[in-house]
Amino acid sequence: MASTKQKRVIIEPVTRVEGHGKVSILLDEKNTVTQARLHIVEFRGFERFVQGRPFWEVPVLVQRLCGICPVSHHLAAAKAMDWIVGGEKLTPTAEKMRRLMHYGQTFQSHALHFFHLASPDLLFGFDADVAIRNVIGVAAKYPDLAVQGVMMRKYGQEIIKATAGKKIHGTGAIPGGINKNLSIAERDVFLKDIDQMLTWCRGALKVAVDYTTANLATAAPFGSFDSNHLSIVRKDGSMDLYDGNLRAIDAQGKKILDQVAPQDYYKVIAEEVRPWSYMKFPFIKSIGPKDGWYRVGPLARINTCDFIDTPEAEAARKEFMKLTDGKPNNITMAYHWARMIELLHSGEKIRDLLNDKDLQGTDLVTKGDRRDEGIAIVEAPRGTLFHHYRVNKDDQVVMANLIVSTTSNNEPMNRAVQKVAQDHISGKPEITEGLLNHIEVAIRAYDPCLSCATHALGRMPLEVILVDSTGTVIDRKRK
Amino acid sequence: MDAAKTGILVIGFGNPGRLDDGLGPALASRIEGMNLPNVTVDSDYQLTVEDAAEVARHDVVVFADADVGGPEPFYVRRLRPSGGTLSFSTHSVTPAAVLTLARELFRSEPQGFLLGIRGYEFNEFGERLSERAVENLEAAATYLAAALRTGRIEEIRADGDLPRGGSAKS
Repeated sequence: MASTKQKRVIIEPVTRVEGHGKVSILLDEKNTVTQARLHIVEFRGFERFVQGRPFWEVPVLVQRLCGICPVSHHLAAAKAMDWIVGGEKLTPTAEKMRRLMHYGQTFQSHALHFFHLASPDLLFGFDADVAIRNVIGVAAKYPDLAVQGVMMRKYGQEIIKATAGKKIHGTGAIPGGINKNLSIAERDVFLKDIDQMLTWCRGALKVAVDYTTANLATAAPFGSFDSNHLSIVRKDGSMDLYDGNLRAIDAQGKKILDQVAPQDYYKVIAEEVRPWSYMKFPFIKSIGPKDGWYRVGPLARINTCDFIDTPEAEAARKEFMKLTDGKPNNITMAYHWARMIELLHSGEKIRDLLNDKDLQGTDLVTKGDRRDEGIAIVEAPRGTLFHHYRVNKDDQVVMANLIVSTTSNNEPMNRAVQKVAQDHISGKPEITEGLLNHIEVAIRAYDPCLSCATHALGRMPLEVILVDSTGTVIDRKRK
Repeated sequence: MDAAKTGILVIGFGNPGRLDDGLGPALASRIEGMNLPNVTVDSDYQLTVEDAAEVARHDVVVFADADVGGPEPFYVRRLRPSGGTLSFSTHSVTPAAVLTLARELFRSEPQGFLLGIRGYEFNEFGERLSERAVENLEAAATYLAAALRTGRIEEIRADGDLPRGGSAKS
């Protein structure tokens, strides 16, 4: 840096099982942003932790990775272990029970994100008083909406409990199948409330659509940029959150890769290491690390799929695609709209599954020829989740590699931080909390789940540090 | 709190896969195993908004969590509803925020207590507690079991302290 004084602004939340991340923004004497980065301290120890453990324990163990999406890890690991036991072709009951678990997980996760994390910004404004711009403020001013968020989250959690056996640390999915079906009594409890849930889904979708369309002039450029998009899709091109093959498209919609089997993921995806970040940067091999990065998650999934196989979500997808004349939508804030389409889709899927008699079937497990390698992909709420394992003849795991969705979104989130810092903070005479919140709004759109750390009571959630060009701290603020 | 009343909820939260962060769920497991009358036990990785619905159904709620730097072996602190916070990544809420949500959304104001158990090791994967954490867990479980049986939960600031008021008896 040429300037004699520079400021470093750090936004550093430390969370429980989700992980540890911070934002650093370097400013010169005129408050011009010279650098903006999202640092994610990803704890990679898990892949070592599972080495030596029996493979059948892994679907349970991996849930320790994340308190927010343990079911995604549970299912991805179970799907990988299906290949180990030669049981990848599940019985109808097993596959549908797993799908119900997965859609329950997506339902509760999307509801939690929208009502708890996103709605305060959308309802009160990015610059609103921080004292009210939170879920408590939403509860006070929009109690009906807040109650809906709580009850939708609870509904999804109860589905997880009924399919996985427990709310946390579930054991439902096992290599080659599932260990329980859904009783009639359990089914009827969920059927009783599903229409109400779908009504609330439509309401949440409307909030997201109305916000985006009413604020399009500011929302469209906010943290936005052209990018590639990646997800799994079904063989017929339908969105499928539980199973499918990889598809990636560029910012104009041209296919980069399509129908790549999960077992071949390593042939098309690689990960780059950068010295300033613990988290890797995945990229599409055929394009290379510079331009091969991609987005995952709801926005990417809506962009990559040809259609959605539930009627209301499909109608909502078509409406969404009109915004960009059928081309891929690269608007970062459109993640919220896309997420609410998936919320509705998950609700529709849950309803359809609950009415499927296969859930009461008793053929739960299948097995075939044993293999020593298992690879699986699911679309977790936040995006594509890869699990890859090798096991030895003694059934012990000898290698594990996971690519979580927040890792895939590492580069996009950094670009969003840089864009918002340049557009909204650079050159401002005073860096207010509201301005800093603009950075967080852009990151929140991705719903990052910074897995693998911990915090417990007593850690400081946010720190702002002013340093001079020698690195000496000359001011520090915490909140 | 009157012991004859129903409705004490103990929620232990934390990640048992991250060493001493599992103190809260470990305490919940101990209490659950005692099958105490009028006591409901729950545990989770972290508190989230839907916990407000269950909290609202009880008269008294004890939130048990690991503490990275609090007094040994544990403390008990009266909680009041308070405002929420929002950060870019966390999906969890604080115990006080759960109480606020219970009040705002469900018109219920249970008495809330935070039981913070001192832990020491947090930064590795592993489903075990450190030796000192186990000792603190034993002390906390012994205290809480007695308190739940008698129906008196009181603030304790540090080891050896006598209760300093804040009695749950209303």
